[in-house]
Amino acid sequence: MTPSSTDRNGADPHAGSALAVDLRKITKRFGAVTACDSVDLALRRGRIHGILGENGAGKSTLMKMLIGLVLPDEGTICIDGVEQKIHSPSDASRLGLGMVHQHFSLVEALTVWENVALGETGRLDPTAIRNRIGDIADQYGLVIEPDAQVGNLTAGLRQRVEIIKCLRRDPSIVIFDEPTSVLTPEESAQLFESLRHVVADEGRAVVLVSHKLDEILHATDDISIMRQGAVVNRLLAEDADAPTLARGMVGREVSLRSERAAFGLLAANAAPTAVHDNQIGDVVLTMSGVTVRGLSGIRALDDLSIELRAGEIVGVAGVEGNGQRELGDLLSSLVSLDAGSVSVNGEHIPAGRSGAMAKAGVGVIPEDRHDSGVVLDMSVAENLVLVDQSNVANRGLIDQHALEAFAVELIEQFGILCAGPHAPMWSLSGGNQQRVVLARELAQHPVVLVAAQPTRGLDVGAIEYMGERLTAAASAGVAVLLISSELEEILDLSHRIVVMHSGRIVGEMNRAAVDIEQLGLLMGGAAT
Amino acid sequence: MTEMTTSRQGARIGEWLAFYGLSVLVALLLSALLVEATGGDWRPVVSALLDGSLRRPGRWGETLGTAAPMLLVAVGTIISGKAGLVNIGQEGQLFVGAAFATYFGFLVGGPGPFNLVIIVIFGAVGGALWAGVAALLKFWRNVPEVLSTLLLVAVGGQVVAYGLSQSWLLLAPLGDRGNRNQVSQQLPKNNRLPSPEVFGNRIPLAVVIGLVSAVAVSAVLARTVWGFRLRMLGRNSRAAQRSGVSQTGYGASALMISGAFAGLAGAVMLAGGGFAFGNYQLVPGFATNIGWTGLLVALVAREKALVAIPVAFVFAGLRTGSSFVGSTGVEGRITDVIQGFLVLALLVPPAVMFIRDRRRAQAAAAERV
Repeated sequence: MTPSSTDRNGADPHAGSALAVDLRKITKRFGAVTACDSVDLALRRGRIHGILGENGAGKSTLMKMLIGLVLPDEGTICIDGVEQKIHSPSDASRLGLGMVHQHFSLVEALTVWENVALGETGRLDPTAIRNRIGDIADQYGLVIEPDAQVGNLTAGLRQRVEIIKCLRRDPSIVIFDEPTSVLTPEESAQLFESLRHVVADEGRAVVLVSHKLDEILHATDDISIMRQGAVVNRLLAEDADAPTLARGMVGREVSLRSERAAFGLLAANAAPTAVHDNQIGDVVLTMSGVTVRGLSGIRALDDLSIELRAGEIVGVAGVEGNGQRELGDLLSSLVSLDAGSVSVNGEHIPAGRSGAMAKAGVGVIPEDRHDSGVVLDMSVAENLVLVDQSNVANRGLIDQHALEAFAVELIEQFGILCAGPHAPMWSLSGGNQQRVVLARELAQHPVVLVAAQPTRGLDVGAIEYMGERLTAAASAGVAVLLISSELEEILDLSHRIVVMHSGRIVGEMNRAAVDIEQLGLLMGGAAT
Repeated sequence: MTEMTTSRQGARIGEWLAFYGLSVLVALLLSALLVEATGGDWRPVVSALLDGSLRRPGRWGETLGTAAPMLLVAVGTIISGKAGLVNIGQEGQLFVGAAFATYFGFLVGGPGPFNLVIIVIFGAVGGALWAGVAALLKFWRNVPEVLSTLLLVAVGGQVVAYGLSQSWLLLAPLGDRGNRNQVSQQLPKNNRLPSPEVFGNRIPLAVVIGLVSAVAVSAVLARTVWGFRLRMLGRNSRAAQRSGVSQTGYGASALMISGAFAGLAGAVMLAGGGFAFGNYQLVPGFATNIGWTGLLVALVAREKALVAIPVAFVFAGLRTGSSFVGSTGVEGRITDVIQGFLVLALLVPPAVMFIRDRRRAQAAAAERV
């Protein structure tokens, strides 16, 4: 259909006519972190290539290099056999590469055709664009009303608009980045059906980036599994089964983060050194039948029930985007319940009422500290008493001396690096801001401590420190809920592990009896 | 170590002063150019401004009297601003406050000093209620307060105008208003704010009310738990929600207190009389832009109640001075333009410094990691 792409195919001297993209020894480092480590990847025409991996495995970085958003440090990219340097998305688009991003970039106030026309140059021809949308709709089964306002569309239809935006430029290589994260199962099924059309018709090459085992198994032809920035396994979809994929995605033949984790993992039955045999006490936090609807009406938390006992660390494992954020928000009084109940020490807590959770003794280290954890424009001292000022106030007046003394003590105790108690919060590094949050939440002697992705973005030393603090808190009788997408962290610290998928708890196991393969299956939503 | 800090602080203060000085100089230069361009001479204009605001007998008292309600409005604006709310309807809250003060002043009609307290209190109540309408719309129906407060200025003007047309509300009896329509009765002598004379200048009591309010609000915001929680709400509403600062409770109170200060300004303008504020009676257009100017004062003072004191004085000076500018043959309203230039000149340096400081600090923090 596009003469240019056939030309390129024809000019392809050595890679075989079906090889659309050939990545060789691609390496990308961000500071000390190697996001992609000498990755080889071949995409063929007429096939859907699944790239499976956990968060942070390097999938997105690899795709960003293909689409010109990130430049590789080493390695070569060949498109249709010709080596190319892709410096920008427009370079990529010229080479016939298109990407449907995980997060929509649509203008809600505009109609479908107007959104499709955005980025167009030259004279605006509404009729031509409407017709083009109609053609694409017929061809790929992506039926949509061109005059509908995007703001009124469901997530599935919005994604359809994104796909049409991409296909309108007639790319020969299409990348879908986690396309089903906001879709219902039916919408996902429809998407995969149209994906088949996209490859079948004109010999396009399609990449499906995902962490869901199920869709990789059923919607793709070739599979590459990525872990820690490297492709660890390549196989054909017809030869693959869920356990193989799960093991490939989370399997731990080698030590990943700390030797301690490696120990625990090498002998999955032995309790890791970090997990103490704490005196497990009574149930302090009970969540039963908790349901929270997201903005688009999807159940972010769906009939979720957890019980937490004093002195235990419960790890919530799961791929990000399965309700972890909402779980943290719920326990921070930031969202209200649509159904179910939360109680602390047997007392019912009105979710969503400001401060109710904190008052009941639920401490939170939030997933994004800038969102609800700190006030950047206030001082370190003020941030240390954000939730509770009773220690430093007298009859409604803040005692500046008491505040300063309290802050100095915590700064020392938690080793917070800052210019002093009056330093503005924004002048601290991320790791030290996180220490402020930790110090404040622990200083309130919480009954329950929620730690959501507590070590994200921290260096090794800080990660270690956080682990020690959480363990110490549990030993002191605090019930710790560790929500993390880093499985090592969970395996390293938890007494008990629950797995979250699609807003539900889909499985539970004791740390001592962990079955990694089963865990991977549960996280991928492949087992129930 | 301390020596180093002091010298660094000294350098910093010098930098600030130089920056502000340069910025204001540019504003004045532009103003002078404007005067010249419209065919005037800038020297007599400056002289007239100084005469009208300070030098002529009685004029600095006049300027203080004008500054007082501006300061009150600004202080209120600072409270709502700290809570992250943008109240820009002070002009209307002030007018409604003045109307409440007038109505209840005559309704109660108690003995002098007592009635004066009634007037002041109901002025604040009126302003608070008018801002409360915006608060209600915001926290019940999610209407942005920027829009509702602004639009309520127009509505407030109409509502008070209706009151001024009805003798059972605000309109003075026929005998007292001659053939004028739409004016209220004059406050009796013993209901007026005293204005003791100092060096030939009448200093109205409103000045004391303004100064005390500015100091008190500054202390409340900095030193009390309520002020702390209000600032938290303004800086990060989600952290506030988690910490038990209810958006509705704290936000609505902040907006209403903000309106109360505007209403209080209206009441002292009414009971203070003199100055540009008429004759101890409510008339259409009574607010005479004091609400808008007070908003600018708060903006320039960057939410610092104590800084608002000198700023209010400068802006009041421009206003009292402008009445003398006409005699130089230059349009008196040129001072509105000068005021605009000054607002910009005083807002640019802190914005630039803030961005620069933050960038430096973040770079330093990144290096520490």
